[in-house]
Amino acid sequence: MDGDGLFTIRQAGESLANGEISSVELTRTYLDRIDRLDGRVKSFITVTAELALQQAQAADGRIAAGHSGPLTGVPAQIKDVICTKGVPTTCGSRMLEHYVPVYDATVAERLFAQGAVLLGKGNTDEFAMGSSCENSAFFPTHNPWERDRVPGGSSGGGAAAVAAGEAVYALGSDTGGSVRQPASMCGVVGLKPTYGLVSRFGLVAYASSFDQIGVIAQNVADAALVLNTIAGQDHRDSTSLPRPELDYANHLMGDLPTRPLANTGQEVAIRLGVPEEYFVEGMQNGVREAVQGAIGTLEDLGASVQPVSLPSTRHALACYYILAPSECSANLARYDGVKYGYSYQDTNDVWEAMEQTRHQGFGPEVKRRIMLGAYALSAGYYDAYYLKAQQARTLIRRDFDRVFQQVDALVTPTSPVVAFRLGEKTDDPVEMYLIDVCTLPVNIAGLPAISVPCGFSEGLPVGLQLIGPHLSEKRLLAIAHAYEKATEWHKARPEME
Amino acid sequence: MALSRTEVLQIATLARIALTNEEVELFREQLSEILDQFEALRGLDTSGVPPTGHAVDLQAVMREDEAQDSLDLEDVLRNAPRREREYFRVKAVLEE
Repeated sequence: MDGDGLFTIRQAGESLANGEISSVELTRTYLDRIDRLDGRVKSFITVTAELALQQAQAADGRIAAGHSGPLTGVPAQIKDVICTKGVPTTCGSRMLEHYVPVYDATVAERLFAQGAVLLGKGNTDEFAMGSSCENSAFFPTHNPWERDRVPGGSSGGGAAAVAAGEAVYALGSDTGGSVRQPASMCGVVGLKPTYGLVSRFGLVAYASSFDQIGVIAQNVADAALVLNTIAGQDHRDSTSLPRPELDYANHLMGDLPTRPLANTGQEVAIRLGVPEEYFVEGMQNGVREAVQGAIGTLEDLGASVQPVSLPSTRHALACYYILAPSECSANLARYDGVKYGYSYQDTNDVWEAMEQTRHQGFGPEVKRRIMLGAYALSAGYYDAYYLKAQQARTLIRRDFDRVFQQVDALVTPTSPVVAFRLGEKTDDPVEMYLIDVCTLPVNIAGLPAISVPCGFSEGLPVGLQLIGPHLSEKRLLAIAHAYEKATEWHKARPEME
Repeated sequence: MALSRTEVLQIATLARIALTNEEVELFREQLSEILDQFEALRGLDTSGVPPTGHAVDLQAVMREDEAQDSLDLEDVLRNAPRREREYFRVKAVLEE
């Protein structure tokens, strides 16, 4: 355990409120740790030390004046695909290496409005496309548990920073598992809200009908506090939804939630489904054992556990890797070297300039996905790929709709494997895509899900994924919190010094 | 399904990405392998199944049309690769 001077959001809030520590002191503690440790972890693309100390000073003023909220003065990292005004936002790409946004994303605005402190921007696979953080154009991030392993991806910077104690919490984005999977591989909590619960305004678009901003935190209660701040409708994102709950954190008492029995006034055991399709071939035994142990714990806590089946799951991988690249090929058409970003100048031909800009500005995975999408959308292939995948998406949604008539939430592994070695899968895109097999269906159906630490395999963290129906975050967080209270896994931290 | 070099080059043109010879070969192999993974979808019976474009049912959202300040011109142009006065400068687009 290596946690001296480190805080959860709740602990930081208490210490700041009773004057044990100032936000400036707290921020310096984290900046010092980043200085000391990040040369090995490499979780930050940009460290905003000066801005952080200014924000901390302002936060101390607010706390003294009694105008503070749970995140006031608490230092965080934001993934480098989320726009921060005046702070470079690179998306892990050469294309945007020198890009400085002229506005804040809504989530950043909401954090700053509450007096949050920005430590810097988190490393990511280029444009959030990847499962290991190795597609960052700048450098890979290292897993704090074992430095020669990946942290997962694409929000690998955020998960590694929180696990290493370089940030109290982090914002990430999750298009196919990019918050939950790295959280799982780094032994921290990753929350992916319902599509639309958090505004995407200012999140650099990858695949717009899948993208959702999420939270990486040290425990479930902290994730709920951050969700409290970032959730809600935003007129700048027309796909955002009104939040159904005023408070996602105040009901977390540690008890497993119950389910009201219709027309009786009685409360009965909550029903959890275990979908057999998520226990895939190639799943590591240690992962299977840890997840089965966690399911046993939930049963001991009073949950009624039953097997369920989601047969369309086997089409999720193809469905996702047709639709997400198709959306990406349209979204990334904006990088033409005219308005911002890298621009090839060594020609007078407009098309050559554009093609060379994109040739030099994008890395291999981004090129692969843009081309895959362009192909799937092209004349003659549209029906066979794009339309077919959209129909598969309907079938996957219907599977979830059906099982959520039988159960209140699903319990699965977050990833079939623990963190793998750097370089182990970089030559084989298909093998890399398979890592996300348990997280992709959730984005396909726009559902909320959370990954919580549930054990270790080969000395590396394993994550348990809980999936719920649309906008069921409150119940999902309560189940995750009850599990966390009954176990110690979330308290384990890697030895860093 | 194996893509040819010509097909890869056609896709690259659609995507406006220049490729080196090595990249053409690499992406030919890798994209072919990825497309093989999609073959399973062909066997899926989707007759009568409507497509889903969006996972959450949404209705058109309306808001008041209120005038707001635009972004600051200098801020925006600071990111421009090339500018002339208050414009983005581009290469000649029209051909003879």
